[in-house]
Amino acid sequence: MTYSFSAPPIRATLAALAASVVLGAPAYAQMVISNWDGYMAPDAVANFAAESGEAAEMVVHATNEEIMGKLIASGGKGYDVVFVSSPFAEVLNNLGLLEPIDPARVPNLANLYPEAAALPHDPGNAFSVPYAWGTTGLCYRSDRVEGEPSSWSDLLKPSEALAGKVTMLGTDRWLLAAGFLARGYSVNETDQAKLDEVEADLIAAKKTMLAYDDTTFYSKLVSGEADLVHAWDGWCNYGIAENGDIKFVVPSEGSDLWVDTMVVMKASENKDGAFKFINYILDAKNHAWAAENILYKVPNQAAMDSLSPDLIGAFPNMGMTPAELTGFEQLRDVGEASRAYAKAVSAIKAAQ
Amino acid sequence: MSSANTRSTLLMAPAFAWLTALMVIPCGLILALGFFRRGLYGGIEYSFTLENVALIFDPLYAGIFLTSAKIAGLATIIAVIVGYAAAYAIAAAPRHRQPVLLFFAVLPFWSNYLIRTYAWIVLLNREGLITQALRWFGYDGEPPSLLYTQGAVVVGLVYNYLPFVILACYAPLARMNPELAEASRDLGASAATTFRRVILPVTLPGIAAGAVFVFVLSIGNFLTPALLGGGRFQMIGNVIYAQFLTANDWPFGAALSMALIAIMMALLTLQAMAAERGAGLDRKEPGHG
Repeated sequence: MTYSFSAPPIRATLAALAASVVLGAPAYAQMVISNWDGYMAPDAVANFAAESGEAAEMVVHATNEEIMGKLIASGGKGYDVVFVSSPFAEVLNNLGLLEPIDPARVPNLANLYPEAAALPHDPGNAFSVPYAWGTTGLCYRSDRVEGEPSSWSDLLKPSEALAGKVTMLGTDRWLLAAGFLARGYSVNETDQAKLDEVEADLIAAKKTMLAYDDTTFYSKLVSGEADLVHAWDGWCNYGIAENGDIKFVVPSEGSDLWVDTMVVMKASENKDGAFKFINYILDAKNHAWAAENILYKVPNQAAMDSLSPDLIGAFPNMGMTPAELTGFEQLRDVGEASRAYAKAVSAIKAAQ
Repeated sequence: MSSANTRSTLLMAPAFAWLTALMVIPCGLILALGFFRRGLYGGIEYSFTLENVALIFDPLYAGIFLTSAKIAGLATIIAVIVGYAAAYAIAAAPRHRQPVLLFFAVLPFWSNYLIRTYAWIVLLNREGLITQALRWFGYDGEPPSLLYTQGAVVVGLVYNYLPFVILACYAPLARMNPELAEASRDLGASAATTFRRVILPVTLPGIAAGAVFVFVLSIGNFLTPALLGGGRFQMIGNVIYAQFLTANDWPFGAALSMALIAIMMALLTLQAMAAERGAGLDRKEPGHG
């Protein structure tokens, strides 16, 4: 999930930039698609334009919060299709900024796994179409960690040998999720007493932790600075790509399900084009690009079935089934509690 | 209005317009934002509240202000000692060498702050250059963890802002009439006394200027604690960053920024007063200045 400073592969990023510069040329009413840098094929927009005859321009946002600020300020004007994580899609829908998805105009919805059409945040894909999904777990150096880590406690209370060699995600939702999961609570817990317990646990965990890291944790594993890190499945794959001893495991207590989605803005002046674009992405070949190139699982059965077994052999978490993934609790918008979350995270990070 | 007045008004206009448009107005907006409520979905609800201002005094956030001040204070003390010594050495060097030495002192400023900070990561991390150097000398124990410590944060701040102190202290040292120190020695004062009673007072405004620069830039810094502290050390800049960019709580972020700006303004005012006093001293010394 590309939160905060998302950094998918740099060559894809550069190519996407180049493509958006080239495509930025025609100034007449063209669709605007906002996505994270490098999160779709660099030539996706050009190919879509050639195939559909719809002029489209791709713009990038670095974080959910950045695009949310723009969408809320403008009422969604100026954007047609936007890629956001599901809790943010929920917020946009609550604000009335989203166009209901018209299944008749997106026939490729049929490619989605049945589980992907029944996600808790939006059963039936009424306002959002899942683009990528995955979970969070432990990414570790199997050559330096004894045995297989099996619990969130291995991260929060590491063995003596691992003390000072673990990192945790620093983003509010995942940092707290690790604490919630270790105690068997919901990842969307809003009870203040439980939040306080987890705050204390995570403060205690700082003593054995090297750093909070959302962006370079896999390189810390590769360099040997860290041996066990809290990681998103897809990002662990970037470490595995560089060192075959790196492995990913979901702790026995379970984990979260994160979903990045595509939404159509109600303010879009070309909704037909917007649905065509979503349909284009859902095409098995186009959707498979994300799985093959950014090593994220996509909720598209036809696309996943087309993946080479070698890819799944090299990156075993790519083989997690939709049933396994949807067995985890999906991260939801927590509304007012987000202020309490932010405060708890500030307290954790400030504690010495 | 005299023509000189008209001219200075005209010359001042662009800078004034620039500051008003890009500094005064945005700061005013931030100030106002601090008194509104956060909308349920992270927007801004335009109803008046003092909630955000009150929250600044919550032990958690007040404590973070205090920690930030401590870290910034430590960085300031070290930067002033090291920077003053460097400025003294440069001012004492042969006159034709001084521009070259100053050039080297400010050279790091010509590269990006982020890159300079990353350089410390390369140097300090567990598998970094320092560890490798130790290994090369035959050390084979557990490599030291120098990065992600408070020390690393302080080192990063000192390193980045040291040139300010050097420049600020160099100016009064270079301008000082050397005869003052000579007279003090001739009248029987020891070197230490001469430094304490003559040189230090004359250069105090420079020290104050450099110190305030380091402190103000350090206390609001968020990149150095994020990168060199590994997020383990929360300074107030990090909290403000998080309010705006992850918690989507602009009103509270604005209130915290306001408090930070107030601290900075107070310090800059004190420094301006010290500078004025220094200028007064200068005027009382005929023959230079």
